[in-house]
Amino acid sequence: MTSTTSTLTPPDGAGRTGQGEAAAGPDIAALIAEAPVPQPTLAKTFGAMMAREFRVLRRNSISTFMRAVMQPLLFVFVFTYVMPKIGGGFMFGGAGAAAAGARGASAGAVNFATILVPGLMASMLLMQGIMAVTFPLVMEFSWQRTIEDRALAPVPIHVLGVQKISAGAVQSFLGALIVFPIVLVVHAAGQAPHVHVTNWALLVLILATASLLTSALGLLLGTVMDPRKMQMVFAAILLPATMLGCVYYPWSAMHQIRWLQMLILINPMVYMSEGLRAVLTPGVGHMPMWAILTVLIGGTALFGYLGTRTFTRRVLN
Amino acid sequence: MTDSATQARQAAGMAPREVPGAASGAGTAIRTEDLRKTYKTSRGDVPAVRGIDLNVPSGELFGLLGPNGAGKSTTIGMLTTLVLPTGGRAWVGGIDVVADPVGVKRRIGVVTQNNTLDMQLTVTENLEFRSRFFGLGPREAARRAAQLIDAFGLGDRRKAMATDLSGGQARRLLIARALVHRPEVLFLDEPTAGLDPQTRVNLWDILRVLHDQGQSILLTTHYMEEAEALCDRIAVVDHGEVLASGTVDELKEGTGADTVITVRYEGAVPDGLAAGTGLEGRPGVGKVETDHDRIRVFASEADGVLGELVAAGARAGLTVRDAAQLKPSLETVFLNLTGREYRE
Repeated sequence: MTSTTSTLTPPDGAGRTGQGEAAAGPDIAALIAEAPVPQPTLAKTFGAMMAREFRVLRRNSISTFMRAVMQPLLFVFVFTYVMPKIGGGFMFGGAGAAAAGARGASAGAVNFATILVPGLMASMLLMQGIMAVTFPLVMEFSWQRTIEDRALAPVPIHVLGVQKISAGAVQSFLGALIVFPIVLVVHAAGQAPHVHVTNWALLVLILATASLLTSALGLLLGTVMDPRKMQMVFAAILLPATMLGCVYYPWSAMHQIRWLQMLILINPMVYMSEGLRAVLTPGVGHMPMWAILTVLIGGTALFGYLGTRTFTRRVLN
Repeated sequence: MTDSATQARQAAGMAPREVPGAASGAGTAIRTEDLRKTYKTSRGDVPAVRGIDLNVPSGELFGLLGPNGAGKSTTIGMLTTLVLPTGGRAWVGGIDVVADPVGVKRRIGVVTQNNTLDMQLTVTENLEFRSRFFGLGPREAARRAAQLIDAFGLGDRRKAMATDLSGGQARRLLIARALVHRPEVLFLDEPTAGLDPQTRVNLWDILRVLHDQGQSILLTTHYMEEAEALCDRIAVVDHGEVLASGTVDELKEGTGADTVITVRYEGAVPDGLAAGTGLEGRPGVGKVETDHDRIRVFASEADGVLGELVAAGARAGLTVRDAAQLKPSLETVFLNLTGREYRE
């Protein structure tokens, strides 16, 4: 490959054993003499770390894709194809929709697919955020501590935490987008969701903040959870967050169970589902946008701060 | 003491580094002052490093030698910014490790004790991305990776995943990876632990070549022969403290004894037996130590000592179980410093 030294030869007595395997000698001497002078900057290092994430994603593209597609595909298939076919399809009509402020021609009934689109996207955001950040982190902190590889890069440790949040957010964002083509294609006749984007900028803002929020939460979980108790993440966090996260029903429809409607306000998933509902399916009632954005942005800041802090503490002994 | 040599080298860009012989007035690679680390655990404070002072000039191959748990890895962790000291100070290349960890990380290469290769990447990618972390562009990084792969004899493994490497290959890749950005100081934590003897000798050769090129190196090892074979100077560390430091010869002379004769008896050695041998105070004999069932004599004149110990045992009705005469080595230095056998 790269031709090496002619001028630099190692001094005599370098004690080579002439092993073919490890060619100690002029090549290695040249490595020192001919080394490029690195000029790392925060931006270059950060960019390289992101590039590394995308290389890994590309390498694992099949499993990444499966992870992102299977859940929404099956959900949509069962709820908007199987259930309507066997007569079990249910509608959010009458009281719920009316109370939610739906009006006009479509106000009579909202099919379940319409409810499910934003909810499923929010659910994907959470799932992908956790999968992309928490699980790899647990591996990196396990006994070989491969995290030290990246920790020795010339940036402060908290930047590494921010980088992990950013990379996770990209995956989370893409994971949510995958829901779109699936719901548009998979459904029984007449069960198509009524999706109508009123404000694209707002949609992107909500998706972006929600992605950052879930991966910041992923970083926090990955650094505070005991690796041996990772199953707990599913049982104690993912499952309740999803089931009580307004994925399968709009928040406004919960007014019938007032205590639960109030209780689930502590769940960030609620604001993700409702935010997407507001911009994707305006025919369904949703909570006020100021509340949604306050929680999404505030939650991202809070989890981001706590996550990078616990991350730095875990990396530095 | 801030190193003009470092600045000169940076200013000189690609200019080859001066050889150690010419390094009069060269900078200091590593300096520590009363460096300490105490871990807080649920069982109370555990001191791992209790005040270590080091001074390693540029271009030196310096070894921290000590048994497992002596505090070597914690020391290297503090010097490489991944462990926060709880006391004292440390500088690498003149830069304070606590005040400017990023500045230190730019100047060091680290070969960790664990296999911390990026298991999701291939051999080539491990080197490419590390180069890019240090600011090289993608093309330059690819060139550097190819050069490192050739030099380290990993040519036929360039596309292998890091998970598929043998122990020796992984270790070579770890060293190659630590060199992507031409570090001022290379740290190696137990570089040959767990490797077969042939691979170990190969790695020694690599380290010698690097050292000959003027690379400043600090390595930790619990292998006496490794420290003796490679290092310019050694600090013997145990229980978080430096017991002695210097060249191997200085250490051997410093102990005031050349040979260690140990006799182990069937039972505990009674009081007065050692004194009864009359060895203490004899010309050429240093210390005489009793340690439960054994007597240990440090002597420059070893003749007759063994016979004397066996005879003294016989007089006291003690049979000899075994006897050993250790030639002067780091092992005898360690014995003399700590009063106990080296535990690897």
